[in-house]
Amino acid sequence: MDHRAELTELERRLLDHYQRGLPVSATPYADMAKALAVTEGDVITALQHLQATGVISRVGPVFRTHAVGASTLAAMQVPSEQLEDIAAIVSSFSAVNHNYEREHRFNLWFVATAATDAELSDVLRKIEQLTNIKVMTLPMLEDYHIDLGFDLQWT
Amino acid sequence: MDMKTTEHFGRSEARVPLSDLDLALIGAIQTGLPLVPRPYAVIAERLGITESNVIEHVEQLQSAGVIKRMGLVVRHRELGYGANAMVVWDVPDADVADLGRCLGRFEFVTLCYRRPRKGPDWPYNLFCMIHGQDREEVQGKVRQIVQCCGLENIPHSVLFSGRRFKQRGAHYRDAASREAQVTA
Repeated sequence: MDHRAELTELERRLLDHYQRGLPVSATPYADMAKALAVTEGDVITALQHLQATGVISRVGPVFRTHAVGASTLAAMQVPSEQLEDIAAIVSSFSAVNHNYEREHRFNLWFVATAATDAELSDVLRKIEQLTNIKVMTLPMLEDYHIDLGFDLQWT
Repeated sequence: MDMKTTEHFGRSEARVPLSDLDLALIGAIQTGLPLVPRPYAVIAERLGITESNVIEHVEQLQSAGVIKRMGLVVRHRELGYGANAMVVWDVPDADVADLGRCLGRFEFVTLCYRRPRKGPDWPYNLFCMIHGQDREEVQGKVRQIVQCCGLENIPHSVLFSGRRFKQRGAHYRDAASREAQVTA
């Protein structure tokens, strides 16, 4: 599944230039349009298309982990024949944002986020109770990566 | 996890004190800005404050480091990066910060965190994410990291992702607490 061919030149330029540094002004899309020598309508249409096709999940903030609330990476060892069912239970919690299968004995990995430690603990406890499977929690202790967005290679 | 106690998810000193208005604003922008000519005016109306007040607070959250960046948040699979791996390393505790910074400098590493070990089942204390168009490309990048950071004798594991069951941005505040909190 390769969507890159479907991207317009403007969409690529937006991805190259605006994974960070989105203007924080009353008219951010008009400011971007001016910098890219297109119209505000072009920018908005391109962003809507990128969002509709799932190439971007949103235009907006990325928060520093732990700056706002509580979050943790978590993993479970799930019998393979139960994986879809257990994954559906985990995904049903609004606190869970990412939920992936990974190739390992720990085969289900998710990220859970809540306003407080207590709320987050409660969610993890409920997941254990509903699935009867232990949740291994791996909260971030230190961040070594400066997030500048992802460097795309178009060729 | 321990059923009796509340676990601490991260260093509490990393938390910047946030006002009710900050929290309401975070709730209103966490899922993305509206794609309309005056996005902050829409948010201002929702929160019952002025557009310039919203912009001012977003700028403050950025300079306080609560917001790491503002921009397009990409989904790698949809961009043709079909091979995505979490690579985990069991490095000596004394070296984890130096090695973490070494890993975090590669342009193809999108996350690099220290996390706790969890006994013999999970001895790894350094995590990074690597995205590639195929597995071979990811494996090549892992070899490059091993060589550049001197990790030849460090046990590690490459966990390629399989099925994606859910992916969206973090929701720190629920929708219900979003609007109620602003009185200003």
